[in-house]
Amino acid sequence: MTATRTIVFSPDQLAEVRRLQGLYPDKRGALLPVLHMAQDAFDYVSLEVQEYVAGLFDMAPSHVHEVVTFYTLYFQQPKGRHVVAVCHNLSCYLAGSREILAHVKQRLGIGVGETTDDGRVTLQSVECLCACEAAPMMQVDDRYELNLTPEKVDRILGELR
Amino acid sequence: MAEIVLMRNFGRQDSHTLAGYRATGGYTAWEKAKGMEPAAITEEVKKSNLRGLGGAGFPTGMKWSFVPKTHTGPVYLVINADEGEPGTFKDRYLLERDPHALIEGMLITARAIRSAKGFVYIRGEYVQPWRIFSGAVKDAYDAGLLGNGFDIVVHRGAGAYICGEETGLLSSLEGKKGWPKIKPPFPAIKGAFGEPTVVNNVETIACVPPIINRGAEWFAGLGTKTQGGTRMYSVSGRVTKPGVYEDSCAVTLRQLIHDHAGGVSHTGKLKAVVPGGGSAAILTADEIDVAMDVDGLKAKGSMIGSAGVVVMDESVSIPEALLVLARFYAHESCGQCTPCRESTGWIYKMVHRIVDGHGRKDDLDTILDVAKRGGGTTICAFYDGAIGPYISYIEKFRGEFEALCRS
Ligand SMILES: Cc1cc2nc3c(=O)[nH]c(=O)nc-3n(C[C@H](O)[C@H](O)[C@H](O)COP(=O)(O)O)c2cc1C
Ligand code: SF4
Ligand code: FES
Repeated sequence: MTATRTIVFSPDQLAEVRRLQGLYPDKRGALLPVLHMAQDAFDYVSLEVQEYVAGLFDMAPSHVHEVVTFYTLYFQQPKGRHVVAVCHNLSCYLAGSREILAHVKQRLGIGVGETTDDGRVTLQSVECLCACEAAPMMQVDDRYELNLTPEKVDRILGELR
Repeated sequence: MAEIVLMRNFGRQDSHTLAGYRATGGYTAWEKAKGMEPAAITEEVKKSNLRGLGGAGFPTGMKWSFVPKTHTGPVYLVINADEGEPGTFKDRYLLERDPHALIEGMLITARAIRSAKGFVYIRGEYVQPWRIFSGAVKDAYDAGLLGNGFDIVVHRGAGAYICGEETGLLSSLEGKKGWPKIKPPFPAIKGAFGEPTVVNNVETIACVPPIINRGAEWFAGLGTKTQGGTRMYSVSGRVTKPGVYEDSCAVTLRQLIHDHAGGVSHTGKLKAVVPGGGSAAILTADEIDVAMDVDGLKAKGSMIGSAGVVVMDESVSIPEALLVLARFYAHESCGQCTPCRESTGWIYKMVHRIVDGHGRKDDLDTILDVAKRGGGTTICAFYDGAIGPYISYIEKFRGEFEALCRS
């Protein structure tokens, strides 16, 4: 279990928020980047985080909520320490992504959208990540893992702590 | 094979650095453009026959000329680096391997349209390209290339295919959900933050420095009568050597598959090809002697789109391939327009049922009927892009679908 954190940015983070807001003709333009920051800082974008961010933009929490729910990269629930996103679009399908996804599920013992009991990995199945030349592929946190085979998947999953 | 223009530096270890870019003539086009009148830059790009490489193929110089000359407020340049079209990966290569080509192209374009600020909207999943491109922007600031009349803001998206559609992208850039906007007004008149805005694809703008350096005639001569230049084709699926290949806009699909990508893999026998990203109508094995330019594919009832070529050999099930795409459209519809929201979900379910062996033959006609009636009725071209596969996969491979259906 992660300890409950206070939902406040540090002074440095707040300065970064102001800098980002200043880059746009209307500070609202910085909402997506600031939500990325918030997710990095608080692990996921809970309703509480959404309300906090709304305050930084002088906007209604409902607007922030609408935005958060529209995009796939914002998590509204706690996620695992790592996010594994297997691409299931056309080129990956043609290169065997169904088998890869089945293998990942079996190794982790979870289904798509679930997190392992030890909080290590959250599994997703996603649309084209535009690395189709190296299909099948998946994203692990910030990294693209390419030309997957079951053996390669085992090695990558084994290295996640 | 045509001259390599866009990928000329990809082999260099330092291609992403300012020093590496300068060593190969980088920023000399910008020096030249500084001595040109804005209208002369636009004129040169018009004459080059450069057409948008993001999907729609609109003539680039003409788009720039739509920005009102009398406008006194800000004008924005927005670069679409939200690459998300299934089967496309060229912009990722440019951002990672030649980021300064985009920055230099932006400087020149900004001069042409009198813009002091540019935004580069990079898809959220592209973390590595975002880091590399941001590093290049920082180096360009340190070198005084940026910050003297033109600024670049690098913006990260957050996962939504529809933000690749230019007005969806602008909504998202403004801090909203990525809902496309009704046109007109077009972005060139009223775009980002309500100001005139030119939206161009990464690769389109990377073509601008070579055009200025070597001239419109040279660039036009690389392509076909109606589309100048070379472009980067993303080739994937069942080929021996998947990858990104640059060639003339006049190259044929057959040449791309066989000469560049090493031919068909698996059974070695071609069944079908998607020529321009997931949203392009599919072509059969005997339709590949087609020039890969905007007009060549239009004549075949498909589109060049983002030039993402996905190859399918004889062993591929076309109904299953359509199921993969139908799921994609059902997932990515932004939900604003009824025909798009309802049909994408419903057609996905129907195709699912057929693939599972529970479909009936007249389901196919129902899908075709629904798909054909929805075309052109929606706010953005997303739904038209979904219809292309629905109709072409079923009409060209009907037998395969029928074989799965109960009679
Ligand atoms: C659903 C949809 C998705 C799109 N995705 C992209 C994309 O990922 N990248 C892109 O450059 N253009 C994309 N486009 C095309 C843009 O709307 C726009 O035409 C393009 O960015 C203009 O730049 P260009 O003229 O340089 O091609 C998409 C269009 C639609 C309808
Ligand atoms: S066509 Fe589809 S994606 Fe485009 S605006 Fe309408 S509902 Fe949204
Ligand atoms: S289909 Fe998987 S990366 Fe494009």
